[in-house]
Amino acid sequence: MPETVRLSVNGVSVEMPAGSMVSAAILKSGTYAFRRSVTGEPRGPLCGMGICFECRVTIDGEPHCRSCQIVCKDGMDVRTDG
Amino acid sequence: MANIRHVCDVLIVGAGPAGLAAAWRAASSGVRVSVVDDNPAAGGQIWRGEQAKPSSAEPQAWFERIRSVDIQMINGARVFQQPEAGMLLAETSQDVCELNYESLVLATGARERFLPFPGWTLPNVMGAGGLQALVKTGLPIEAKRVVVAGSGPLLLAVAAYLRGRGAEVLLIAEQASSLQLARFSIGLFGKSSQALALKRQLKGVPYRSGCWVVAAHGADELESVTLIRGGKRWEVACDYLACGFHLVPNLELAELLGCSVERGTVTVDEFQQTTVSQIYGAGEATGIGGLEPSLVEGEIAGLAAAGKRDEARKLFPIREKHQKFADLLNRTFALRDELKHLAALETIVCRCEDVTFERLRRHRSWRAAKLQTRCGMGPCQGRVCGGAVEFLFGWRAESVRPPALPVRVESLIRGTE
Repeated sequence: MPETVRLSVNGVSVEMPAGSMVSAAILKSGTYAFRRSVTGEPRGPLCGMGICFECRVTIDGEPHCRSCQIVCKDGMDVRTDG
Repeated sequence: MANIRHVCDVLIVGAGPAGLAAAWRAASSGVRVSVVDDNPAAGGQIWRGEQAKPSSAEPQAWFERIRSVDIQMINGARVFQQPEAGMLLAETSQDVCELNYESLVLATGARERFLPFPGWTLPNVMGAGGLQALVKTGLPIEAKRVVVAGSGPLLLAVAAYLRGRGAEVLLIAEQASSLQLARFSIGLFGKSSQALALKRQLKGVPYRSGCWVVAAHGADELESVTLIRGGKRWEVACDYLACGFHLVPNLELAELLGCSVERGTVTVDEFQQTTVSQIYGAGEATGIGGLEPSLVEGEIAGLAAAGKRDEARKLFPIREKHQKFADLLNRTFALRDELKHLAALETIVCRCEDVTFERLRRHRSWRAAKLQTRCGMGPCQGRVCGGAVEFLFGWRAESVRPPALPVRVESLIRGTE
């Protein structure tokens, strides 16, 4: 298994240790607002364990993915709604 | 999407310490065991990442035990429904799994309790365990300024972990009073080596009892927090706030299956059996106590679920010893009343539906609040605001209905076939 993977967060290329979660990659890329709340507030991860749904983003075109539960893969395209 | 069918004698939900202990004991008894867990890898929260790279002897020994027996591990699958007795459905990123069992062990663990205060919805305000989980899964924390706050022994463990990864931990703010903590320290005898190690790792980090965050500030993300102690307020600039108020059990699945829940925990008998025959409960879901009680409860549940009641009985004295510690733990970190007044009128309590404290306080029950405001009806289904409204208003969830989590329409259709 390669030691690192490279993915794209809002067009920014991020290198992560293999096995990292997408949520960590998004924060590392310098994006802190993962989504907008129903009244338009910026939101980011809260629980880190798949409970709060605050870290939802679009991954490879699929919306509402909980980024704290999904492992980074090479070539992934991640879009936040922040 | 495909339907995948699993058949086993003992099904365990949750691959944290309690679930793994149950799985090992049941599998060692010669029955077919499956473990289903929603995370990509086994270990739960406390042993997150320990399977691949153990950091200490205890998780290493447990994962070796798990590897020495025949267990079917189903990772990345979220249980959402029981269409009929003896069968659960779980959703993965691709498929729906049908899990058929004779006996079930619920080892669903706990989550942090979050309390609303002005600014708590800002990005980079996270749970204490929340920030730790992110760092464990790849977030660089070196040279970042972190305030750790809330309540419970988890704060110390998180602060030590973050510091070990290069974070600048500015302060640990524990809401419990120094008097409560002194009683706890006396009760810590059995864990003194652990306590000493933490003390060493946290040398030079201020630990303030009777202290808590009253507000977080920032435009689009966190910039600083205001703390209070002994009536004195001050502001601290930071990159992250790691804030959780002890833990609350994950009860949704137990409630969905009709198991009785009392005082916020799954009711179990001496063999860890819930009020529903052949459904067992172990670990934090049956009461917050930490690692040791979770392991022994898991072992007892696994043996009992495999029909080995005499062997399970031999472990009762160990459980009893740990129970005393658990009782002390929960008394020590009981939340003070001042925390009920942190939220301002405009502070959001339900983060999914953006329901403010002002809109909620007019209602007399969660049901009424749900009907009028949609509090607890968003994607997390009250998992975050539930712990808050219970503390703020004394409201308890009245029922859990399937699906226990948001799932794809295809999965729902499968559940009604």
